[in-house]
Amino acid sequence: MRIRLEKRLTPSRFMLVATPVASVLLTMALGAVIFELLGFDGPDAIYQTFITPIVAPYKWVDVLTKAAPLIIIALGLSLGNQAKIWNIGAEGQYVIGALAGAGVAFAMPQAAPGFVAVPAMIVAGIIGGMAWAAIPALLKTRFRVSEVLSTLMLVYVAMQVLNYLIGGPWKDPNGHNFPQTPPFSATQSLPNVIPGTVVPPGFVVAIALTLVFWVLASRSVYGFSVRTVGAAPSAARYGGFDAARTVWSTLMISGGMAGLAGILEAMSQLGQINLGFPSGYGFTAIIVSFLGRLHPVGVFLAGLILAVTYVGGQVAQTAVHVPEATAGIFQATMLFLILASDILVRYRLRLVRAAPRAATAGAPA
Amino acid sequence: MKVGAPPRLELVGVSKSFPGVRANDSVNLRVKPGEIHALLGENGAGKSTLVKMIYGILAPDEGQIVFDGAPTRISNPRAARRLGIGMVFQHFSLFEAMTVLENIALGLDARLSQRDLLAEFHRVLDAYRLKLDPRRIVSTLSVGERQRIEIVRALLLNPRLLIMDEPTSVLTPQEVEQLFETLRRLAASGCSILYISHKLHEIVALCDTATILRGGKVVGTADPKRENPRSMAEMMIGASLKEIAKPAERSFGPPKLETLDLSLPKPTEFGVALKGVTLCVRAGEIFGVAGVAGNGQNELLSALSGETPSAAESVILLGEGVGRLSVTERRELGLCAVPEERNGHAAVGEFSLTDNASLTGRNRMDFVSFGLINSGKATSYAAEVIGAFTVKATGPGALAGSLSGGNLQKFIMGREILQQPAALVVCQPTWGVDAGAAAAIHQAIVDLAARGSAVLVISQDLDELLTLSDTIAVINLGALSKPMTVGEVSIEEIGLLMGGVHGDPAGTAQMTEQLHAHPA
Amino acid sequence: MNIGFIIDALVTIIGVTTPILLAATGELVVEKSGVLNLGVEGMMLIGAVTGFAVTLNFGDSLGDWAPWVGIGAAALAGAASSMLFAFLVLSLGSNQVATGLALAIFGIGLSSLIGASYVGTVIAPFNQVFPDWLAEDPIGRVAFGHSPLVYFALIMVVAVGYFLNRTRAGLILRAVGENDISAHSIGYPVVAIRYAAVAFGGAMAGVGGSYFSMVITPMWAEQMTAGRGWIALALVVFSSWRAGRLLVGAYFFGILMTLELYAKASGFSFLPSQFWAAMPYIMAIVVLAVMSARDVAGSEAPACLGRPFMPNS
Repeated sequence: MRIRLEKRLTPSRFMLVATPVASVLLTMALGAVIFELLGFDGPDAIYQTFITPIVAPYKWVDVLTKAAPLIIIALGLSLGNQAKIWNIGAEGQYVIGALAGAGVAFAMPQAAPGFVAVPAMIVAGIIGGMAWAAIPALLKTRFRVSEVLSTLMLVYVAMQVLNYLIGGPWKDPNGHNFPQTPPFSATQSLPNVIPGTVVPPGFVVAIALTLVFWVLASRSVYGFSVRTVGAAPSAARYGGFDAARTVWSTLMISGGMAGLAGILEAMSQLGQINLGFPSGYGFTAIIVSFLGRLHPVGVFLAGLILAVTYVGGQVAQTAVHVPEATAGIFQATMLFLILASDILVRYRLRLVRAAPRAATAGAPA
Repeated sequence: MKVGAPPRLELVGVSKSFPGVRANDSVNLRVKPGEIHALLGENGAGKSTLVKMIYGILAPDEGQIVFDGAPTRISNPRAARRLGIGMVFQHFSLFEAMTVLENIALGLDARLSQRDLLAEFHRVLDAYRLKLDPRRIVSTLSVGERQRIEIVRALLLNPRLLIMDEPTSVLTPQEVEQLFETLRRLAASGCSILYISHKLHEIVALCDTATILRGGKVVGTADPKRENPRSMAEMMIGASLKEIAKPAERSFGPPKLETLDLSLPKPTEFGVALKGVTLCVRAGEIFGVAGVAGNGQNELLSALSGETPSAAESVILLGEGVGRLSVTERRELGLCAVPEERNGHAAVGEFSLTDNASLTGRNRMDFVSFGLINSGKATSYAAEVIGAFTVKATGPGALAGSLSGGNLQKFIMGREILQQPAALVVCQPTWGVDAGAAAAIHQAIVDLAARGSAVLVISQDLDELLTLSDTIAVINLGALSKPMTVGEVSIEEIGLLMGGVHGDPAGTAQMTEQLHAHPA
Repeated sequence: MNIGFIIDALVTIIGVTTPILLAATGELVVEKSGVLNLGVEGMMLIGAVTGFAVTLNFGDSLGDWAPWVGIGAAALAGAASSMLFAFLVLSLGSNQVATGLALAIFGIGLSSLIGASYVGTVIAPFNQVFPDWLAEDPIGRVAFGHSPLVYFALIMVVAVGYFLNRTRAGLILRAVGENDISAHSIGYPVVAIRYAAVAFGGAMAGVGGSYFSMVITPMWAEQMTAGRGWIALALVVFSSWRAGRLLVGAYFFGILMTLELYAKASGFSFLPSQFWAAMPYIMAIVVLAVMSARDVAGSEAPACLGRPFMPNS
């Protein structure tokens, strides 16, 4: 017996939805086995990682807090990924966005009222993220530099910009010499959660943006142009869609989204910017984008799931004493599985009996 | 050819299926030593699948391949070459960035030293009177020269059976004659040739026997020298040939689409520069552009469609200079285009037909309001195209990539024609399309012109242009010849222009050389 | 500036260049076969932690051979992790950019998990092959005072250059990267050749990673390769896919990274130290811009780079 791949005439819609779900479930099963082999209580570790954050109401704030930046960033990335433009430097744009917003906060008078300070910082955050993403956009359209490498290199540069600013010019004079900025004033901050609820302000933004991106991606001429550029660049040009404009617009949008996520995080969760600010949301959002199949609604759900693993990873760390790094492995495994299962959308697996005149040439078993 | 010798190649009941298609259905075939055997069939008849099995690229599901009397199982191309089977591919199996000699070395299984390889290479060139520079990079060579690499590669194996897959589709008439010369010499030395084509006059000129394939089955064998070409054609198509209904007396209106000294630099290293192209297509006229592949056809189409902008006054639509306008703006003014490559250029294979209708129809057919696409309108337009052009598809939701070549081409042509363009530019409208679809497409082009549109047809198929167009010109190395009236011009004249003689010294020299080698 | 200072600097440059040279040499072969494996950083980390762990755990029983076994284990681990990528990309036809990225993330996570128990442990550095009178000669140490891996890296880049341009196997590998469909129809096993190339790239990345944990700082720290895997990827573009230029480019980056070390250590601080830390990445971007703009036709990159190939569809 061997497995044969047969190309489907039309991609399977069932598989498109089923495979992400299966990937998550399979990750849980694999995780349980691996933990068991490593000498931990496997099923309990999985329960703590994947289930506790959902069933324990006191964890909901944490989950929604983590989900907000993941969803906001991943919405932007998904648009670019549809055009096969790979912005893998959202982490850098997230950092620079937050720094730009913070710069505006420190430049404005402390007494500036909230209705001025908050929008000014948010706009600055978006512009900061866009500016950082404009570099790879320029490099790609003018010099044909692969955005995969340039966006990533700029993450490392952004980290150094952050280190420099919080350790030098923007260092908090009352911070006991810690590398961190002074705290934002009350009018420059957003609450952790909307009073009386478990919902952080960033999550409200995430919901609104999910709807906006849904319309943009599935109904608008712009969304259609992005999909066309990704699927067939020559056809896009023939249809009147400009590839360079798509590079620019998708990188501006994904950079702006990352910057927005950064400044919201800084304003509502940390109240300042410190060394621990870059927490990997920009990288995890790439996984969110693929797990969500680049669809805004899928991204929204995938963002929640990844947020659960973040929070659950911490729960499992204290409850079952698994190492911190396991959350990363779970996320990477999920990404591997979703990418591997892609083939089920486009192909049908068929078991064939190993006849002497075996079928099509050369599928490595 | 000894009497009683076993056939060089015999296929017994060979079958092969792909999802949804039975590509070959118990095919029987017999090729004698030293015979030039035609495998005749329409696009999609299963010719390519059959030869891929003979060459070991695909394995048959059922049946037996017998070579020189011995049943064999050919598991890969290397095994085929060991038996003495060589193949020249339709889309060449060459490596563009490498030299001729490296390409030759890659096609040989024996490890030869550079010097031995070069000696062998020159031996074959001399024996078959071919010319080829071993140090040139393939991407700098003409299509004819590239094919020569493939032939030399096959000949170096001293083949006992040579498979040629549609070898003439990219050659000028003179190059075809040269190729036939080589093949005849090869056959005379005892090598069998399996010659795949759908061009009847070639088969009549070259082949000893013809096996005709339709829908994956053998429907007959014939002696092409005796058989009436028309009856072979009808066997191949499985129906009687349909004539295009073209109004006898045609008069043309004012110019609708013109180019004036249109010049553009090479778009890429491998592209062709356009040199002062001037043409004029009047209302109701079908203007044909002939030429060998890679002489600027795609560049001309891009310049007209707007994919490549040019000087404002070098492209004129309805008296207005549109050279600077975008694709979308030109389309709104009534200039529509269909590029050569269907999947990936004229249509997106992984998109539905509805989305493919939006690709070019969204503005002219009014699908868009406030930046949003009205999918209802797009769907009903796609359905209209499917109905009007009898496209075989499950509906507007079907993926473009799931349609056969002919049906997708009908959809694309329909999508543009139903937009009622003032001028339509089409490149290779029936390339790789079955006869039924080709006839329908030709009729649609004629009808569009009859309604007063200007139509520019760019094609490598001279027969197609001669039946379809009113006026014809030849493109060579990016320059366009003077327009000629169809019916007043001979195939030889056009063939010479395709080889390049209009004031181009290099082309002329090449041409004279060929004429001396093969006095017509 | 005295001779000693220059010698010190040269020794440092050669040291910091070696891991990126090793990883980039492997990636060069991978890309020449038409595959883009962005997971270099992850494979380097897996190599780093494996080499360290094996050397540490078998140090007693293997004695002097322990580091050699450690390097071998690092190569195997790198190759094994690359097979995960290869299976997805070559057998299942998944997107190469996303899968490479997944491998990078996976490698970072897995190496942290394995390495968690080793943080703070030190092994004997693996840094001298030649006898002391050569290796500790004040001037001779520029040539003789290095870890065997330094010489291995130089030999490998020359060997890969020879293999690609002068051997029949190299010709076939390039052909597969140039036109996979043609190579397949002539009868070359495209997928198998790519598997082999990816495995080689993984092994070289693993060895390159082990240089961090076994030579530079003979201990394990999370993400200790600090983005050098990405520099190695940029280096391959910089080299226009040629082994000779790869060597030159690697030393160019080596000099930049050495500047960072010296700027931190000395009074080189008319610019903030973060500037020097960012320098290799900024220069990598500049270099990418220059090289990519020069290659107008895009003809230097292997034509099939990053494109999926499914022979039976």
